[in-house]
Amino acid sequence: MMIDLPLIWAFLIAAAILIYVILDGFDLGIGILFPFLDHADDRDTAVNTVAPVWDGNETWLVLGGGGLFATFPLAYSVLMPALYVPVLLMLLGLIFRGVAFEFRWRDEGHRKYWDFGFVAGSYLATFCQGIALGAFVQGVEVTGRAYTGGWWDWLTPFSLLTGVALVVGYALLGATWLVMKTEGRLCDKAIRYARVSGVGILLFIGIISAATLSLDPHFMDAWFGAPALYYTGIVPLAVLAAALWLWRALGRAADYKPFLAAITLFVLCFIGLGIGLFPYMVPMQVTIWQAAAPDDSLQFLLIGTAVLLPIILGYTAYAYYIFRGKIKAGEGYH
Amino acid sequence: MSDFMSAEFLARAQFAFTVAFHIIFPAFTIGLASYLAVLEGLWLKTKDDAYLEAFRYWLKIFAVAFGMGVVSGIVMSYQFGTNWAVFSDKAGPVIGPLLGYEVLSAFFLEAGFLGIMLFGMNKVGKGLHYFATLMVAFGTLFSAFWILSVNSWMQTPAGYAINDVGQFVAADWWAVVFNPSFPYRLVHMVLAAYLTTAFVVGAVGAWHLLKDRTNRPARIMFSMAMWMATIVAPIQIIAGDMHGLNTLEHQPRKVAAMEGHYETKAGVPLILFGIPNDEEERVDYAIELPNVASFILTHDWNGTIQGLKEWPKEDRPPTAVVFWAFRIMVGLGLLMAALGLWSLWCRVRGKLHDSDLLKRAAVLMGPSGFIAVLAGWVVTEVGRQPYTVYGLLRTSDSLSPIAAPAVATSLAIFAIVYFIVFGAGTMYILRLMGKTPGDGSEGPEKGHPSHAAGTTPVAAYENHVSKEGAAK
Ligand code: HDD
Ligand code: HEM
Ligand code: HEM
Repeated sequence: MMIDLPLIWAFLIAAAILIYVILDGFDLGIGILFPFLDHADDRDTAVNTVAPVWDGNETWLVLGGGGLFATFPLAYSVLMPALYVPVLLMLLGLIFRGVAFEFRWRDEGHRKYWDFGFVAGSYLATFCQGIALGAFVQGVEVTGRAYTGGWWDWLTPFSLLTGVALVVGYALLGATWLVMKTEGRLCDKAIRYARVSGVGILLFIGIISAATLSLDPHFMDAWFGAPALYYTGIVPLAVLAAALWLWRALGRAADYKPFLAAITLFVLCFIGLGIGLFPYMVPMQVTIWQAAAPDDSLQFLLIGTAVLLPIILGYTAYAYYIFRGKIKAGEGYH
Repeated sequence: MSDFMSAEFLARAQFAFTVAFHIIFPAFTIGLASYLAVLEGLWLKTKDDAYLEAFRYWLKIFAVAFGMGVVSGIVMSYQFGTNWAVFSDKAGPVIGPLLGYEVLSAFFLEAGFLGIMLFGMNKVGKGLHYFATLMVAFGTLFSAFWILSVNSWMQTPAGYAINDVGQFVAADWWAVVFNPSFPYRLVHMVLAAYLTTAFVVGAVGAWHLLKDRTNRPARIMFSMAMWMATIVAPIQIIAGDMHGLNTLEHQPRKVAAMEGHYETKAGVPLILFGIPNDEEERVDYAIELPNVASFILTHDWNGTIQGLKEWPKEDRPPTAVVFWAFRIMVGLGLLMAALGLWSLWCRVRGKLHDSDLLKRAAVLMGPSGFIAVLAGWVVTEVGRQPYTVYGLLRTSDSLSPIAAPAVATSLAIFAIVYFIVFGAGTMYILRLMGKTPGDGSEGPEKGHPSHAAGTTPVAAYENHVSKEGAAK
């Protein structure tokens, strides 16, 4: 085989997950910030900024999961049982979050309950995604082609730490999104939350990076091995630069720049993670090539992906374009 | 199956429970998306506001149902891995790409245009809005295409080979996608979705006509729904019959269970009712029509049909569930066709909107599609047992290495959450259906002027949309 299909798919799946994290990250971030928005108008406006796009955002999660199933069935079938509890709790959180968009308008009397569901669902889903990430990075027990650990193996201080960190990270995405999409009181408030969560996430990035390095010698090698150091060194520097950009952009006239800076932070962390994990699909157990489906399956799906993905990106961008601009208080979609 | 607390049984129960909830929503939204496209098209063509009223009315209901379809569907796509890990590892290379295509060609299309369809009336032009509605409708149909291809491959696997680590791999993708039972299942399921929607729309129309027989949007709904019942229900019966013949060819065990046949013999009677008894291998208290089953299945009054005794006991599906679910589905199908004929008879006499009895019957038949769909799927899936990939991979060999207490806990939580969330959602849908179509009662909230400005329907509608937002 001339082209390395498993490698291409590893990048595509990683890209789908990254896009998911960024897009649904800001939706979930709205839910995370929701309790701190004390005016009913602000809450409605905040929800309305994401109502037309959340479904599309969540579809990237389906692509991540479905894509993993299709192209790395071994990794999918090892990781899902290992992450049984956090994955199912995440799904339950997403249920409450997703239905709240419609239900809160349908039932005035119980709106506060559905709003609570929206908040609790957003926290639960985010926290569990963070836990799943941590549990994945710290590795799972594999024998042959199956997961052989218990159903509580994922629960460690490290995974709890990544869980909390992701909550803070999504809050940053949500806050910078609101800075971009709203004005007046809500926007001012969002700027403050963005600063708090921005500082928080920088701390977490530092702690988690250090903790990750101590998890397994492979991470040390990947980062500090002889040739690697020349390019891995760029990542932490870039993180600092992005953080600085975020801070300064928040100080200026509030617009799209803080959101871009927050996205940049996420992309950099994701690249950092990729450097540490490569070439493993299940950390230190199963490589990309071992986990991959036969080339024939990879090729069959790749042909369609090559055609459909650009089209998807096109109309997704168009949908965002239609709902562009600041949303004023009281201007709703419902 | 004696062990009801085994991890295997619990995982099956959890999958059945969650997928049964999921299918309720697509069965409705596939049909409703197409119906909305038809309504919007008719409005654009005729400029008759009654169509717009009907469109607006069903759009809100669609939004609630669609949201529930999405969240319950996402659960499904992860459950393959969480609960059926071995199945995922083995069948992933074949069915995974089909699910991948479903995401790429269907889910993104729906999700990308849903926002515009629901909220974009005053942001994009009429033509573009109609385009968005059409894309959502196509998306739901593409979704059905791929997921049914997956399911059909599990029923009638084709075009595969098995590699050295025991995975199914595709030898011929065309044969995988268009496996032998797929065309039949696709047609049957899409018709089922259209019928399900038609009966819901018909019931809502009839309900409001019983209160006010002059309501234009309600008359349109009722009439359109009765056309569907008249035309599609008989087609569905024919499609179901062909589907059954296809099943006889590829899954004779399932047909034997559907019909309650234990013995292989010629001139087999059609068992209308009875109690299948797997222990004694006979149907107790059977009421039979002599030779009819042979005629239906072989088109020969004396044709020979295989009975369940052809296969060892451990390779047979549980008979009673399949047998009864099949009768529920077919019974409802016949009732649907009967209602369609009755409405045709009223229609040709010019009295479609006069018979209160017909309307009451239509209200009563409102949920029939959902029940028939669930029953049909129970026939299909339970009839496939004890295999996940028919004849090749046993359900008991497909399981994740998850301890029974974990699955029991997750099943209990799913049950509680689903009943609360989807129960509330169903109530909201019923509440929306209780509002009279076209009287603006689903429009701006109390205390706000309604349709203040705007003479053209679009302007009025846009106004309505933004006012309503302001009201909230
Ligand atoms: C409105 C819904 C509806 C109605 C009225 C019917 N069906 Fe059906 N049936 C379904 C909805 C459905 C379904 C939910 O769509 C299933 C499950 C899987 C599938 O492909 O279609 C199904 C499965 C299914 C199967 C199982 C196929 C297999 O698993 O191999 C058979 C043999 C029939 N149907 C036959 C019939 C007949 C003879 C009907 C005539 C009255 C009928 N169905 C009415
Ligand atoms: C949406 C409508 C569907 C319904 C109502 C439905 C119903 C069921 C039921 C009742 C069972 C349990 C059977 C038993 O254990 O005796 C089951 C099992 C299962 N079905 Fe379906 N099914 C549907 C669609 C699908 C589709 C589209 C797929 C595949 C893509 C699928 C894959 C499975 C699997 C993997 C199991 C678990 C293993 C098993 O018990 O056979 N189902 N389903
Ligand atoms: C086990 C089987 C199934 C799985 C894994 C599954 C998966 C999913 C997922 C992930 C979604 C959400 C998509 C989004 O994010 O927009 C969804 C929605 C949907 N599914 Fe399923 N599905 C299954 C069975 C079925 C069946 C049998 C049908 C129809 C024949 C169907 C038709 C749809 C449709 C039309 C939607 C769009 C939402 C809606 O209309 O309510 N699905 N499904």
